[in-house]
Amino acid sequence: MATKEIQQSKQEIATTPKKPNRREKIPHENRHRITKRKMREWMYGYIFLAPWIIGVMIFFVVSMFKSLYWSFYNVEVFNGVNTYPLAHWYDNYVSVFTLETDLPTTLGSFTISLILQLPIIIAFSLIIAMLLNSKIRCRSLFRMIFFLPVIIATGPVMSMLTAQGVGTVPMMSDGSLSSLLGGLPAFLSEPITELFNSLILILWNSGIQILIFLSGLQKVSTTMYEASKIDGANGWETFWKITLPIVKPIILLNSVYTVVALATSGDNEIIELIYAATYTTPWTKGYEYGMAFNWIYTAIIAVILVFVFLLLKEKSDKNVKYEKRLVRLR
Amino acid sequence: MKIRDIPKEARKDYLKKVFFGSNDRRGVIMTFVVYLLLITIAFIYLYPVLYMFSRSLMDKKDLLDASAKWIPSTITVSNYTSAIATMDYWNSLLKNLAIALSSTICQVFVCSWVGYGFARYNFPGKFLWMGILILSFLLPPQTTAVPNFLLFNNDIPLFFKNVLGMDMTIIDGTIKPFVITAILGQGLKSCLCILIFYNFHRQVPQSLIEASEIDGAGHIKAYFQIAVPLSMAAIVVVTLFSFVWYWNEVDIVRTYLGSSNTRNTGLTTLMLELNKFEDSYNAVYATHAQSTTSTNKLNDAIKMAGTMLSIAPLMVMYFFLQKQFVESVDKAGITGE
Repeated sequence: MATKEIQQSKQEIATTPKKPNRREKIPHENRHRITKRKMREWMYGYIFLAPWIIGVMIFFVVSMFKSLYWSFYNVEVFNGVNTYPLAHWYDNYVSVFTLETDLPTTLGSFTISLILQLPIIIAFSLIIAMLLNSKIRCRSLFRMIFFLPVIIATGPVMSMLTAQGVGTVPMMSDGSLSSLLGGLPAFLSEPITELFNSLILILWNSGIQILIFLSGLQKVSTTMYEASKIDGANGWETFWKITLPIVKPIILLNSVYTVVALATSGDNEIIELIYAATYTTPWTKGYEYGMAFNWIYTAIIAVILVFVFLLLKEKSDKNVKYEKRLVRLR
Repeated sequence: MKIRDIPKEARKDYLKKVFFGSNDRRGVIMTFVVYLLLITIAFIYLYPVLYMFSRSLMDKKDLLDASAKWIPSTITVSNYTSAIATMDYWNSLLKNLAIALSSTICQVFVCSWVGYGFARYNFPGKFLWMGILILSFLLPPQTTAVPNFLLFNNDIPLFFKNVLGMDMTIIDGTIKPFVITAILGQGLKSCLCILIFYNFHRQVPQSLIEASEIDGAGHIKAYFQIAVPLSMAAIVVVTLFSFVWYWNEVDIVRTYLGSSNTRNTGLTTLMLELNKFEDSYNAVYATHAQSTTSTNKLNDAIKMAGTMLSIAPLMVMYFFLQKQFVESVDKAGITGE
C-alpha cells in the first residue's frame, strides 16, 4: 500500500510540468503521512524482532566474538575471566595440531564419510518423498512410519541402539556382503562395507530431509504433470524434465541442512573430541584450546558448505540476465 | 476383461500394457517394485523399535538363547518394573514434561512472533538481521557454548548483584535457563523454527492483513487475530519438533541444570536418567547386586525397557498427533520458494 502511494506520488512528480516547484506540488499533509506510516512500519518491525534481537546479541553475537577473542589468548576463569597474552597470537591453534596427533586422519575420515553420506541421504530422501507423494495405498500409514525417525532418531536412544548392533542391516552382517565385494580392491571395498554397516543409521538420519522434500513436491502443481502426460512423456522423462528442475533449489537447501546437521550432531567423533578437550579435568588444555579447536572445525565445515553451495547453486540463465538488463535500461 | 476376448494380434500389446504400464497407470512390475521398496524401508524404520520392544520383554534365558531372536518364550514384565524403579520414572516424567512443555510453549510463541516480524515488515537493517539469523543456524552450537555457560554461571549473577543488588542464580536446577533462552529466541534450533514461520507468513496474502488494518485492527491485533489462526499448520509442525528436540537433548540440558543437580534436588529429564542408567541401577539394587551377583545384574532387557519407557511419551504423542502432523506438513511451507 505504502509503496503504491509513493509510486503514485512519484508519477505525479514526473508528470507535473513545473519543475522548480515540485516540492510544493505535493500537499504537505500527504507527505507527512507517508513518512509517519513508514516510521510506524519500521517501529513495528523492530517490536516484533525485539526479543530475538536481544537474545541473539547476548547469547550469539557477543559470545561468538568472545570465543574468537579468547582463542588467541591464555584464559583463566577465576572471579570472572582473565586473559593473558601468548608468546605468539596463533599458539593455541598450533597446539591443537601438536597435541591432537591423530587429528588429520580423524578430520580426513570425517570429511570423506560426510561427502559419501550426503548424496546417499539426498537421493534416498528424494526417492522416499516421491514414493510418499505418489498414488499408493495406505499412504497415511506409510507416512506415519516414515516420519517415525524424526521422533526417536536423536539422543541417547540412538546410541543405546547402536551399542546393541541394531544399526547394521541384519542380512549384511553374516558375510554375504563381504563375499560379494571380495573381488574389489581394499580401498574401495572398505568404505562400501562401512557404508552398508551404517545404512540404517543413514536412513534414520534422513527424516527431516524427507519432510522438506515432501512439502516441496506438494507445491508442484498437477497441471504440469498432466500437460507432460498429454505430450507423451513417460515417468522417467517427467522426473528429469519436470520434477528435478523444480526440486533443485530444495536439494541445495537439503544438502546445506544435512551438512549442518551431520556436523553439529552430538555423536560425531570430532565434536566428542572438542567436548573432551574443553571440559575434562585437569585443565591441561583448557577453554582456549577447545575454542581454537572449534574454530578450526568451523572453518572446515564452512569450506564444505561453500563447496556444496557452488556445486548445487542455480546456474544464472544468460537470457534472464539479459532481460533484467533491458528492464534496467528502460 | 478376459484375455480370451482380446483378438490375438492385440494380446501382446495388452500384456505389455499390464506389465510395463502406460502413460496413465503403473504396470504390474513397477507397482511391485514400488511396494517392495516402501515395505523394505518401512521395515528398516520399524526394525529398531520392534527389536527394542521384543528385547525388553525377554528374560535372561531368552537373551542368551539364539533361537529366541524375536519372540520371547515368556513375557517378562519385571524388566519394566525394575526400569521404572531405576529411573524413578513417574517423578522424572513429570519433571521432564515441565521442562519440555514450558520451553516448547515459549519457543513456539516467540518464533512465530519473530518470524511474522521478518515476513511482514520492511525496515532498515532487515538484511543484516536475516544474515545473523542464518549464521546462527550454520555455526556449530559449541562455538558459543563456553561463553554462554560462563554467562549463566558468572556474568548474569554478577550483573544482578552489582547493578541491581539482587541475589540471582540462573543455573539452580529449575526451568529458568530454559525459559529465558526460549523467550529470547535462543532455544534449541530456534533459528530453524523462525525460518519455518518466516516462510509460512510470507505466503499469507498481504491483502488479508491490509484489509484488517482498514477495518481498524492495529498491527498487534492483526497478528493475533489473523496471522496466528492462519498459521496453525506451521504451529503444529514447530510444536511437535520443538517438543521432540527438547525431549531428546542431553548436553545442553545437562549444562542448564548444573553439574551438581540430581533428580532429588532439582529437575531432570528421562534422557539424562537413561544416560546414567547403569550407575543408578547399581545404586538402587546395590544390596542385591552384591549378595546374589548372578540374578540381579543389569542386563540388556532392562536397558531396553528403560529406553522404551523414555521414548514412550513421544510415541504416544506422535500416535495421537500424527494425522494433524502429516496434514500440516502438506500445508506448512517449510521449504519456501
